[in-house]
Amino acid sequence: MPAWTPDQPLIRIRDVHLSFGAVQVLNGISLDVMKGDVICIIGPSGAGKSTLLRCVNALVPIDRGSILVEGQEVHDAKLDKLALRRKVGMVFQQYNLFPHRTALDNVMMAPIHVLKRPRGEVEQEARALMRKVRLEGKEGSYPGELSGGQQQRVAIARSLAMQPDVMLFDEVTAALDPETVKEVLVTIRELAEEGMTCMIVTHEMGFAREIADEIYFTDRGVVVEHGPPAEFFAHSRDPRTRQFLSQIL
Amino acid sequence: MINLNPLWDWFRTLHETTGINLTIFYDPFDRARFFNGFLTSLRLMAICLVASVVIGVVGAWVQRSRMLVLRAITQGYVQFFRNTPPLVQLYFFYFALGSYVRITSPTGLSVPAVSNFSWAAIGLSLYAGAFNIEIFRAGIEAVPRETIEAAEALGYSRLKAYVYIILPLAFRISLPALNNNLVNLVKTTTIAYAIAVPEMLYVANQIWSDELNVPEMMNVLLVIYVSLVALLVFVMGRWERALRVPGYTPA
Amino acid sequence: MIPNATDLPVLKPFRLASPLPGGERSEREAFRVRGFPRSHKFVIPSPRPSPLRAEGHGALRIGPAYFLFLTSALLLAVGIGQAAAAPAAPSIIATLIKWTPLLAQGFALNIAMSFIAMTIGTALGFALGLALISLHRPVRGVAWFLTEFFRNAPWLVLLFYCMLLLPFELRIGDTIIPLPGWMKSTLGLSLAVMANVAELVRGAVNSIPFGQWEAAEALAFSRMQTLRMVILPQCIKRMTPPWMNLYAILTVGTPLASVVGVSEAMTLTGDILAAENRSELLVPMYLYLLLWFFIYCYPIARFTVSLERRFQVR
Repeated sequence: MPAWTPDQPLIRIRDVHLSFGAVQVLNGISLDVMKGDVICIIGPSGAGKSTLLRCVNALVPIDRGSILVEGQEVHDAKLDKLALRRKVGMVFQQYNLFPHRTALDNVMMAPIHVLKRPRGEVEQEARALMRKVRLEGKEGSYPGELSGGQQQRVAIARSLAMQPDVMLFDEVTAALDPETVKEVLVTIRELAEEGMTCMIVTHEMGFAREIADEIYFTDRGVVVEHGPPAEFFAHSRDPRTRQFLSQIL
Repeated sequence: MINLNPLWDWFRTLHETTGINLTIFYDPFDRARFFNGFLTSLRLMAICLVASVVIGVVGAWVQRSRMLVLRAITQGYVQFFRNTPPLVQLYFFYFALGSYVRITSPTGLSVPAVSNFSWAAIGLSLYAGAFNIEIFRAGIEAVPRETIEAAEALGYSRLKAYVYIILPLAFRISLPALNNNLVNLVKTTTIAYAIAVPEMLYVANQIWSDELNVPEMMNVLLVIYVSLVALLVFVMGRWERALRVPGYTPA
Repeated sequence: MIPNATDLPVLKPFRLASPLPGGERSEREAFRVRGFPRSHKFVIPSPRPSPLRAEGHGALRIGPAYFLFLTSALLLAVGIGQAAAAPAAPSIIATLIKWTPLLAQGFALNIAMSFIAMTIGTALGFALGLALISLHRPVRGVAWFLTEFFRNAPWLVLLFYCMLLLPFELRIGDTIIPLPGWMKSTLGLSLAVMANVAELVRGAVNSIPFGQWEAAEALAFSRMQTLRMVILPQCIKRMTPPWMNLYAILTVGTPLASVVGVSEAMTLTGDILAAENRSELLVPMYLYLLLWFFIYCYPIARFTVSLERRFQVR
């Protein structure tokens, strides 16, 4: 297989099908993510958006189709999952921080134990990351002592510590109070501006309009429509898209 | 009656060929003995299961009483039976209290008024009942106060609210813990052996002393108890499912 | 397998179906912790119901009342016995005191048995518990069978089994390890503890939210690493109250060894009563023995309850 080069899509999803029992969750989804792109996926609940992200990260296997991350087929049985997860970072809706370790430990754990990097180096980077997500001073706090927004930012720092090439965000602000949503969105926006490739599943339309390079609207497991934000929100073509937008805007 | 002799003879040949000596099958005397022991165990289990649940329900009600004395007595009873060995409790009932509870038989002798089986039933029911009181109490506390408030607002008296609203809900909540406790009760009935109640373990002991087939009898006992427990778990599971209220499940 | 399926309700974060969205439900939980303007009709519930170990305010307020109750029962029994005793016989209290050192020795054996059985049982039980959550079906199957078997077998039957079927000494090569009766009984009890601990471990692991597994997997932790660094440390806290509960049950189960011939506190009590041969001593002596166990087990029970309360109101 020829080595991946940046002119090819970083993530290439082609015709992915997945069903859970009788329910067809993904029905032939295809999309491309180029390096440096920020993709926002929107759509009604149950459209398979979160599942799609999990398929990209090999947390959920697919029935049919292909997902290539940097040229590597994700659903290959012989795939080196460790290598994949170094490239792909994921942040969850429920933050899923490890409650028995401090915030700094949460950020440091994976590089030390999984990547086997030396502790001193990792600690320095972790502190820098905490500064970056604006949580300086909270390194010694336990997740239970932090607010939802703070926890989510620690979760982002934790994923960044693995130095991924692409970040997946699964409705990361859905479980937060409105006041804290903004601080998380600001963090994500900064990441995007620094050039990180991002796939974001979100309900925050204003945010999507602001930072996305491309917006994908999915419904019932397929991509209904996609386009750059300005065009998408102003001149959507498909009636389903327009109905969805009219309900939420 | 179906002629089961061929079945029994199979066990006799089993003994002759492999040395596995299961006299409780092929020897009519042992068969009868063991069967009676089994029935005694079942009787003891049944009585204790029912009595302990009744004690639990009534005790949980008394624990909500307004009178401190009643609450104190119930708490005292519960803590006493939970933090002391059931075997010693049984000995206390049978030997210590039993020595005071005597009546004069027609022949003029002083004999115990309460048989050892009855003491075992009383002791075990009180023991399991104490746990049940705690279980039901926790279940009652889990009933949302809004529900109770609504009952009050509708004019239910304390007793009626308990019977019609609180208890049904609390019962469903408590079922897993109750299940656990009843299983323990079934297992605990074996301690009646210590006061010579002719239940399964006691009879098995007699048999293996006579026939010297300890391993076989132990295995038979283990299999029977494990099966009884499995049966109880199954029945409780069915009951739990039958009582289930749609849309109202524990997290 | 249903997530959170365990027969130990203490581990289940029990919550009735709430019609309100997440934020408000936590409000309601906080409401319960803070308390509610007292209505004369019902008691204030504890923070979160724990069907086996929760204590309501009634118990807290009357604290050592039942301890007094027990002691007064003992004194009453002693008094009655005293009244019935022949004037020449030594007083009941003097007799109890006379035999206390012997009883203490026997009781020490009970405690020793409980410690050893708990230690061995916990170690084995942990291993068995990990086998119960193994990804290999045969391992899981064998572990399930062992757990169910030793959990559903009556303890007395297990004791008989061990006493009668274990050899009285082990020969390994040249060394002969004698297995005294109390050690065989301890082994029997530890098997029962093993099965219960295994079930505790399985329940605790199942009660950890699935998101923890997902997050660890997304960070490329292997399953072993996830268990070791993320899941099991969180389990320890959840397991501690039911584990202590198990210890209390074990301790009050050690007198069963007297039935199979081990000379511990229960046997000694019987011997003492036979030696003294005074019927008025029966009630006080047994109550005395019960008191010993109560004094040992009751503080453990209270500590367990306070631990549980502390761990639940996170």
